[in-house]
Amino acid sequence: MKEAWLFAAQRVSAMVLAPLVLLHLGTVLYAVRGGLSADEILARTEGSLFWGAVYGLFVLAAAVHAPIGLRAVLGEWCRWRGAGLDIAMALFGLVLLALGLRAVAAVL
Amino acid sequence: MKRARPRLVKTGYDGPVMAMLEVEIWRGEGGGGAWRRYAVPHEANQTVLDVVTHVQRHIDPSLAYRFACRVGMCGSCAMTVNGRPRWTCRTHVSQAARKGRVRIGPLRNLPVIRDLAVDMAPFFEKWRDAGARFVPSGEPPEEPVRPDEPERRAADAGIECINCAVCYAACDSVAWNPDYPGPAVLNRLWTLANDRRDGDRDGHLDAAGAGCHLCRSHQECADACPTGLNPTAAIAGLKREVFRRALGGRTREGRQ
Amino acid sequence: MRRGPWWAFLLHRLSGVALAVFLPVHFLVLGLAVERAALDRVLDWTDNPWVKLAEAGLVVLLALHLTGGLRVLLLEFGRWSDRQQSRIAVAGGLALLAGFGFLAAAFA
Repeated sequence: MKEAWLFAAQRVSAMVLAPLVLLHLGTVLYAVRGGLSADEILARTEGSLFWGAVYGLFVLAAAVHAPIGLRAVLGEWCRWRGAGLDIAMALFGLVLLALGLRAVAAVL
Repeated sequence: MKRARPRLVKTGYDGPVMAMLEVEIWRGEGGGGAWRRYAVPHEANQTVLDVVTHVQRHIDPSLAYRFACRVGMCGSCAMTVNGRPRWTCRTHVSQAARKGRVRIGPLRNLPVIRDLAVDMAPFFEKWRDAGARFVPSGEPPEEPVRPDEPERRAADAGIECINCAVCYAACDSVAWNPDYPGPAVLNRLWTLANDRRDGDRDGHLDAAGAGCHLCRSHQECADACPTGLNPTAAIAGLKREVFRRALGGRTREGRQ
Repeated sequence: MRRGPWWAFLLHRLSGVALAVFLPVHFLVLGLAVERAALDRVLDWTDNPWVKLAEAGLVVLLALHLTGGLRVLLLEFGRWSDRQQSRIAVAGGLALLAGFGFLAAAFA
């Protein structure tokens, strides 16, 4: 049951992302006051186990969530279906995962 | 509901001035065709099906359309009326007309045979392929089915479907996904999943799992359903069960 | 004939696609953080009021997708409620509020 499993993965990742996005939005609104600087951002994140875990989990969940969503849109609106689409979306997820983990490593 | 304001048109005879409806009907075979205009006398309590019947009997006998019971039981007279799928035998012209104009076309999402008659085969083939029918378990349920138990209530909520395909025509997910079984089939699967007398709950939920996630909760089906069912809510129930099963759970909703 | 839930779906889908496109870019920029000067050059660019406005747009997109997603989870996993329109209004209202909050913080 590939479709049922993808559906479940999409909803589970959404449930994981919801509180993380809320936290991220709060942080954005807090941090943007007085302008952003690399020092300010890195002072918050460097060596922090908490932010490492938050953003690591965020990247993981987003790398699951975004490709499944995009797969639905491309199937319904662009009529792109089948193995080609599945492979492309898996690659998209891996790219997101790699770029995301690289970003987390950079700010830690 | 807006009341229609029939336009007064001189008909060229000496009798009383009759209120006439401006009716446009889709005429054509297969994929091609065009809208054709007809003037139909407006009458009190006239239904859209009455209008179509008037055109066929008095203006153009070659008009193809489908109906049977005329009282909202059989589900065979569904058409697109001013852009909305409706059961025409129970839709008054006064409900559907805009400024005395009525545009009547075939149902969406199904191939047109001719004029207002669509080929319902894809609709019923999906129904058959999903196995959306009662499977006798061969033995009575261990406990008697009470009319007020949660599962029976959930099943009853979706039981009055007349297979008219109005929801199927209203649904964008049907238009976007050739594999999507559509609201009516999934609604039926949900009633079966809640029917304790049914012998193939797992089979029904497996069938639902192949398609129910394609519902985007537009709720156009619930909005259009002539008998007031809510397939979106039924499909949400299926999604919950499919989700639970995908994660390894096997519990039956409403029961421990 | 399209009603509230259909438009809520459309906003959710469009914001999701936009975020899926933005996310790799966001990760790429954050990856620059290994070299502070490079990240600061990007952050200086974001001091431009037009860029801030665009960022407010991103905040609204993220907030829309969050509240819209919570709405979908509630619709699918909660008890059915006939108050779908009010939920859509709340979801949209909260997302706009997040956007205004960002603007207020960014230009304070």
